[in-house]
This record gives sequence, C-alpha cells and structure tokens, in this order.
Amino acid sequence: MQERLVERAKELLADGTVVRVLGWKQGDLGYNPEPAYFNSPEELKDFVYDGFCGANLSKYMIQAGKLEGNTLVFLKPCDTYSFNQLIKEHRVKREKTYIIGVGCKGTLDVEKIKKAGIKGIESISQEGETLKVQTIYGERELPFMDALLERCTVCKGKTHQVYDELIGAQEGEEAGPTGNRFAMVEKLEAMSPKERFAFWQGELSRCIRCNACRNVCPACSCLKCVFDGNQFDSAQKANADTFEEQMFHIIRAFHVAGRCTDCGECSRVCPQGIPLHLLNRKFIKDINTFYGEYQAGEDTDSRAPLTNFTFEDVEPGVVGERGRK
Amino acid sequence: MQVEKTQEFRPKIVAFCCNWCSYAGADLAGSSRLSYPADVKIIRVPCSCRVNPMFILRAFQRGADGVILCGCHPGDCHYTTGNYYARRRMTLLFSMLDYLGVENGRTRVEWVSAAEGVKFSATMNEFVAKIHSLGENVRLEDLRCKRD
Repeated sequence: MQERLVERAKELLADGTVVRVLGWKQGDLGYNPEPAYFNSPEELKDFVYDGFCGANLSKYMIQAGKLEGNTLVFLKPCDTYSFNQLIKEHRVKREKTYIIGVGCKGTLDVEKIKKAGIKGIESISQEGETLKVQTIYGERELPFMDALLERCTVCKGKTHQVYDELIGAQEGEEAGPTGNRFAMVEKLEAMSPKERFAFWQGELSRCIRCNACRNVCPACSCLKCVFDGNQFDSAQKANADTFEEQMFHIIRAFHVAGRCTDCGECSRVCPQGIPLHLLNRKFIKDINTFYGEYQAGEDTDSRAPLTNFTFEDVEPGVVGERGRK
Repeated sequence: MQVEKTQEFRPKIVAFCCNWCSYAGADLAGSSRLSYPADVKIIRVPCSCRVNPMFILRAFQRGADGVILCGCHPGDCHYTTGNYYARRRMTLLFSMLDYLGVENGRTRVEWVSAAEGVKFSATMNEFVAKIHSLGENVRLEDLRCKRD
C-alpha cells in the first residue's frame, strides 16, 4: 500500500493539486516513523506507511492551513474524526486540504512488543496475522493482535468520516476488534473512593509534566494554552507543587471534554505509560449517560455537549445519588 | 517540637454565589437575622457560569474542605442561560472528582433565589455539618507527586 500512496502523492504534486504532502517519514529506528512534510517527489523516498504510523496528522493541518497552497494529508479512519472536529471548530481549512483516506489494519505499540520479551529490535515486518521481528539475537514472531495499541483493541470503525479519495480502504469496511472501551472505566467506578484515589495517585505520580499529551492532542489547539501562561507558576517547570502541576491532568481532560474523539494519542505518546485515555473516556461515558450518545467528530455542525443544554438536564447532585455499585 | 492540635476542626468552605440571586439571598439571610456558620466564605461571581472548573480545583488545592456553588434557579438566570451551562459543567466535574477518589459530598450545587434567605441559611448549615462529618480534606491537595 505504501507504494500506491507514494505514487498517488507524486501524481498530485505533479499536476499541481497540492504543493506539499503531509505524511510519515522513516524514523531512526524501525518502529518510530514521524510526521513530516514532503515538498517534492524526491523527498517522498523517505515516506513510510506501516503499523507504527499511529501519529494522527490532523493537528498538523492547523499549521499547514496557514501555508501557501494546498496540502495533501493522509488520514486513517479514526484520524478523520479529529479532522472533522477541527473543521467544526474552524481550526483547519477544508478547501486547502486534499485528504486521502488510508486503510488501517490497526496500529502497533512497540512497548507491547518489548514487554513480550523481544529485545534488540532491528526491524519489524508483517506477514498475515504475524509480526516478524528481526532482532540482534535473531528472528522472533508475535501475533499481530498481541501488539496492538490499546485504542485499536476497541476500534471505532474503519469508515472515513471525511475524505477526497480512499486508498486501501472501502466504504462500509468492517471494524477491527471491538471490545467495550469503557470496561476499565467501569472497573474503576466499581472500586471504593480510597482504591480509586490510590490508583490515580499511583498513575499520575509518574507524570513528568513533559506536556506531550497536550502537544499531541488534536483537540488541544488553543493558540495560547493555560499551561503556558506566565501568570501561573506552570511556566517554571521546577515548581512541582503548584496548582497547575497537581491538577494538570484534570484540567487537561476537562478542556477537551465533549471535543475529545477518543483517538488515544495522549496515551500513545506518554513516555511514562500513564493511561490518560481513562480520564477522557470517563467524560465521554458521562456525556453519553447524561446527555445522550455523542461521538465528537462524527459531523461538523451539531453542538458539542458542553456548549449546549436542555431544560431537563440532570442536576449535579446526581453524582452523589448514583451511589457505589 | 510538635504543636499540639487543641482546637476543634473548623472546616473551610468556599461558596461561589451568583451576584443576582444567591448573593442577594445571602444578604436576605443576613438582614432576616438567620444564622449560618462563619466557616462559609462567600465569593461573589457575576453568574454561576463564570465559575471555571479550575476555580473549584484551586479552592481545594489551597485547602478548602468543601466547595458549594449557588446560582439562580434554572430558567431564572440573569443572563438567560448561564446556569444551564454551569449545570452541565459541574455535573461532569463532580463526576470526575468522584472518579478520582475524592468524596463526592465535598462539592455541591444549589439553586438559591434572591427571595430564599431561609433556604440559603438552611443549605449552608446542612453543608457545613456534612463537611464537618467528612473531616479535613487531604486528598485533592496532593493528587500528584506527593506520596508518603
């Protein structure tokens, strides 16, 4: 499929439809491709599309929209939700974007491969349902499904929400593995407040405030972020006991509540492996329960749950009344 | 040397009151000579919808034991719809705090109109009693980093 994408990108560059291509470039290791701009057909030799291209390119389109000329962007099915959400928020320019919807078989988590005891990885290739991993100690094999990112084990579906053409994907394609994405949230809800606090303190204490989750999030697109204000102490990272430091994760999750498409990028990029998606999913679950099913990015014209209301909304007291299960 | 705690626990309670209804309600409670505990510190806000969820987190982080938000009754907002938005935000915030393991009795939203001095005083008395029984809040002060 990679060859087909490169070929089509070259065509579009040649006929002047676009002046640049936004895609993934081979990284320094076999499993860390990075988002990159390609300005000429020659540069496309570094283009790569494989299971490790998990990066959601939607957010880069905010910048690309401000550049001269049109941009070709490759979006996986769940990336298109983020793109749609950004259209809704008037952050990207649809008319300056040419979207190729690429087929997705699920994206891979190198941490899971490493956890399976495979060390010294040199390259990884896929053959059917098996991953062949070349290591410095020889070849190892791993079932493809065992190396999926958490977000891909609860696939949102393989339908592109917005695109100009599709490559490697058909309309109405069947979704990947669909588990209950709220399973872990429900498990936490069933715990006692003390256990939950211990769980979150354990997870969040690992945070090093690198801001990767904020920087990668397609919903976090403010020009000036509250966490960058120099009125607050958060501008000084050494200041570990401040409000913004301690409440960072609640604030971050709240700022994207109702706009988060559950793309799972925050958890993917976290260098400390904090399951940040569990905070976002709690908001999504509550919104679904209290205000009706809502999937951000499914359309471009509905009102988001937090910028909308009905006269019959539940009172905040409902949180206490639900009691412990 | 350790300073012994001799004083009994006095909860610190922050009440965000909307300028148009609840703050006037608190005024009425005062001029009607209805009493409510001095532990309640009122912060006047233009509308219940002015209260950013960060304000509530901030209050807790700075040592509040309980936070209550009072606004106009739904339908009576001075700005027509402010309290409807506040209602949704607070529902989600309280649910999130509960999810993080902070006891959910520490936060509350009450709709108090300018004519409800009696309700204001009764609500505050009840809320302070509730916080008193829950005791000092230590959990939200150190959600991160500080593990003993």
